[in-house]
Amino acid sequence: MSVNWRNIGLFAVVALLFVITGAMQSWTLSLTILNMGLVSAIMALGVNMQWGYAGLFNIGIMGFVALGGLAAVLVSMPPEPDAWAAGGVRIVLGLAVGAASLVAAVLVWSRMPKGRLRGVVLVAVLIAGFVLYSQVFDPAVQAVERTNPAAAGYLGGLGLPILLAWPAGGLLAAGAAWAIGKTALGLRSDYLAIATLGISEIIIAMMKNEDWLARGVKNVTGLPRPVPYEVDLQQTPGFIAWASDWGFDLATASSVVVKLCYAGLFLVVLLALIWLVETAWRSPWGRMMRAIRDNEVSAEAMGKDVTRRHLQIFILGSAVCGIAGAMMTTLDGQLTPSSYQPLRFTFLIWVMVIVGGSGNNWGSVLGGMLIWWLWIMVEPMGQFLFQNLTAWLPEGSFLKDHLKDAAAHMRLLTMGLILLLVLRFSPRGLIPEK
Amino acid sequence: MMDFLNAIVALLNFVVIPGAAYGAQLALGALGVTLVYGILRFSNFAHGDTMAFGTAATILVTWLMTSLGISFGPLPTALLALPFGIAITALLVLGTDRVVYRFYRRVKAAPVVLVMVSMGVMFVMNGITRFVIGVDEINFADGARFVIGAREFRQMTGLDEGLAIRSTQVITLVVAVIAVALLFWFLNRTRTGKSMRAFSDNEDLALLSGINPERVVAVTWIIVAALATTAGVLYGLDKSFKAFTYFQLLLPIFASAVVGGLGNPLGAIAGGFVIAFSEVTVTYAWKKVATYVLPESLAPEGLLQLMGTDYKFAVSFAILVIVLLFKPTGIFKGKSI
Repeated sequence: MSVNWRNIGLFAVVALLFVITGAMQSWTLSLTILNMGLVSAIMALGVNMQWGYAGLFNIGIMGFVALGGLAAVLVSMPPEPDAWAAGGVRIVLGLAVGAASLVAAVLVWSRMPKGRLRGVVLVAVLIAGFVLYSQVFDPAVQAVERTNPAAAGYLGGLGLPILLAWPAGGLLAAGAAWAIGKTALGLRSDYLAIATLGISEIIIAMMKNEDWLARGVKNVTGLPRPVPYEVDLQQTPGFIAWASDWGFDLATASSVVVKLCYAGLFLVVLLALIWLVETAWRSPWGRMMRAIRDNEVSAEAMGKDVTRRHLQIFILGSAVCGIAGAMMTTLDGQLTPSSYQPLRFTFLIWVMVIVGGSGNNWGSVLGGMLIWWLWIMVEPMGQFLFQNLTAWLPEGSFLKDHLKDAAAHMRLLTMGLILLLVLRFSPRGLIPEK
Repeated sequence: MMDFLNAIVALLNFVVIPGAAYGAQLALGALGVTLVYGILRFSNFAHGDTMAFGTAATILVTWLMTSLGISFGPLPTALLALPFGIAITALLVLGTDRVVYRFYRRVKAAPVVLVMVSMGVMFVMNGITRFVIGVDEINFADGARFVIGAREFRQMTGLDEGLAIRSTQVITLVVAVIAVALLFWFLNRTRTGKSMRAFSDNEDLALLSGINPERVVAVTWIIVAALATTAGVLYGLDKSFKAFTYFQLLLPIFASAVVGGLGNPLGAIAGGFVIAFSEVTVTYAWKKVATYVLPESLAPEGLLQLMGTDYKFAVSFAILVIVLLFKPTGIFKGKSI
C-alpha cells in the first residue's frame, strides 16, 4: 500500500488546528474539543456504515445516541433500594404485561384467518392489554417517583463499572434499530428517513417524561468515571512531585491528564472500530455490501437478500452510534435529556460524514474532528467578525445589537452552507472512497 | 339529557374544534410536502423551516403595518400581511431552487441525494430565520380573541359546560378552505395546473407534449411557498411562533402526507385531519366527557388520558408505522411504495 500523502496532510492540518487552539487559547479547551471530536468521529463512523456502505438515510442519530446515554445511567448508577421496594418489581411486571399484549396482538394477526373476526379480536386484545398494563404500571410509577424525589425518584442503575455501559449502549441502540428497520426498510428510501426522524423524537420524549427511568428533565448527574478525578490527582504525592518536576501548574496539569486519559480510551475504541469495519469491508461480506449498494437489482438477481443485509448494516451502524452516545455521557458525567437537539446530534453528524467523504472511514474520522472543531470555533469567530464589522456603527443602535445577537446563530448558517457547497462541488468529500 | 349535551359541548370544545384547526394547519403543510414530492420527486425536509421563514417574514410585515397604524379591524393584522409574507417566501424558495436544486435536476441526481440537499437547505433556512427574528417565542395575534367566549356560551344556553371558539380557530378553517379551493381550482381548471398534474403523472410524456419543466417547477415552488407560509402563519396565530416548533411540525406533516399517500393532494388533506384528530383524542383526558355520559357508579377515577401530551409525536409516528406496514401507498393511492 502506497503512502497517501494527501490524506496524511489533511490529518496533519486538523491536528495543527488543535495545536493552534491549545497554544493560542488553552490546552484544556483544545483537549475538550478533541475528546468530543473523537466521540463525534465514532458517531460519524456509524452513520458512514449506513450511508456510505449501504445508502441508508438515517436521520434519527440523536435517538440512538440518547439511548447510549440512557445505557450509561442504567449500567453505572447505584441502584435505589427504596424505589425498588416502592414499585420496582411492579414496573417490570407492567412492562412485561405491555410486551405480552403486543406479542399476543402480533400472534392474533399472524395466526388467525383473515376476516372481520380477526380485526375485532386484535382490537380487543390491544385494549385489554393497555388497560391491564396501565392498571399495573401507573401506580408503581407514581410510587417510585415519590420516593426521595429531590435526589433520586428513579430506579437507579445496576452499579456496574461505566465502561460496561459502552457495549450496553450499543445493544440498546441496536434493539431500537432492529424495530425501526423491520418496518421501514424495504420501502423507498425517504420512508426510512421519516421513520428514523420519528423514533428519535419519541426516544427523547420518553427520556424527558419517564422520570422513573432516568429522572427525566431532572437529569442524572455525578455518573461514575472510568478515569481518576482531578481533585484526587491533586492530592496524590506522586502526581504533585511529577507536576512540579516539569514545572506545570497543578490544577491545569490534573485536568489535562484526566482529559488525556479520556482521549486515550476514546482513541482505543475508535481505532478498534475502524479496524473491525475495515476488515469487514475487505471481506466477502464487504464485497457483497458494495454490490448491493451499487446495484440492488443485480445483487438481488444473484440471490442476495437485500432487505436483510440492509437491516443488518442498519443495526450495526446504529449500535456504533449507541456506543458513541454512551461514551459521550460518560465524558459529560451526566445525562441531560433536554440537551439532545436534532440539529446538533443528527444533522451535524451528517455534515461530518459528507464533508469527510462518504464511504471512507478515515474520511468520517477526519470530518468528525474538523467539523466539531469548526462547530465550537465558529461562534467566537462569528462574534469577532461581527464585532469588527459593526465597529463603525454607533454604540447601542438597533442594527448593532441585532447583529451582535445574530452572531450566535452563525453556526447553523455556516454548517448548512458547508454541507451544500460540499454536496455541490465535491460530493465525494475530503477523503473520497477508494 | 342535559348531561349528554354537556358531554357534547365538552367534546366540541376540547377535541373537535382544536382538532379541526390543527388538522387544517397540518393539511396545508402536508399539501406543500406532497406537491414537492409529486413534481420534484423528493421529500423536502426543509419544509418546516420554509414555514418558519414564511411566518417570520409575515410577522415582520405585520410589525411594520402596526407601526404604520394599519389594522384589519377585528381580524389579525397578520392576514393582511400574509400576501407580502408569501411573496418574500416565494422569492427565497425560487432563489433556493435556482442556486441549489436546479443543478441536481440537471444531473438527474438520485432522490436520496436531493433529500440530503434539502437537509442542507433546512440548516441554512433555519439559520436565516433565527438571524432575522431570533429564537424567542413571539405572539403576533391581534384583533378579537374569541368568537364565542365560554361564559357567554354558558349564559346563552344554560349548560354547565362552556364552549369557547377562538377567532384564530375560525380563521384557520376559513383560510384553509379558501386556500384548498384555490389550489384545486388551479390544478384542475387552469392550463398551468393541468400541465403540473401531467408532469407529476408522467414526466416523459409531459416533456414530449411540450410542457416546459422549468416553468412547472417554478410554479410549484411558488404554490409551495404560499401553502407553507399560510400554514405557518395560521399555526403561529393559533398557538405562537417559535422557530424550533416548526421544525418539530415536520414529523406530523410528513406523517399526514404519507398516510394520505405521498404525491396525492386529496390524500394530504385527509391525512392532516387523521393525524390531528388522533393526536388530540389520544392525548385528551376523557374524564370530563366520561363523567357526563356514564352513570355515577361507573365514574372514572383516573384522567382517562391514554398518553401524556408530550407523546403526541408518538401518535403521528404510530399511525405512520401502521400505514407503512399495511398500506405503504397511503389511504388514497400515492405514488410509490
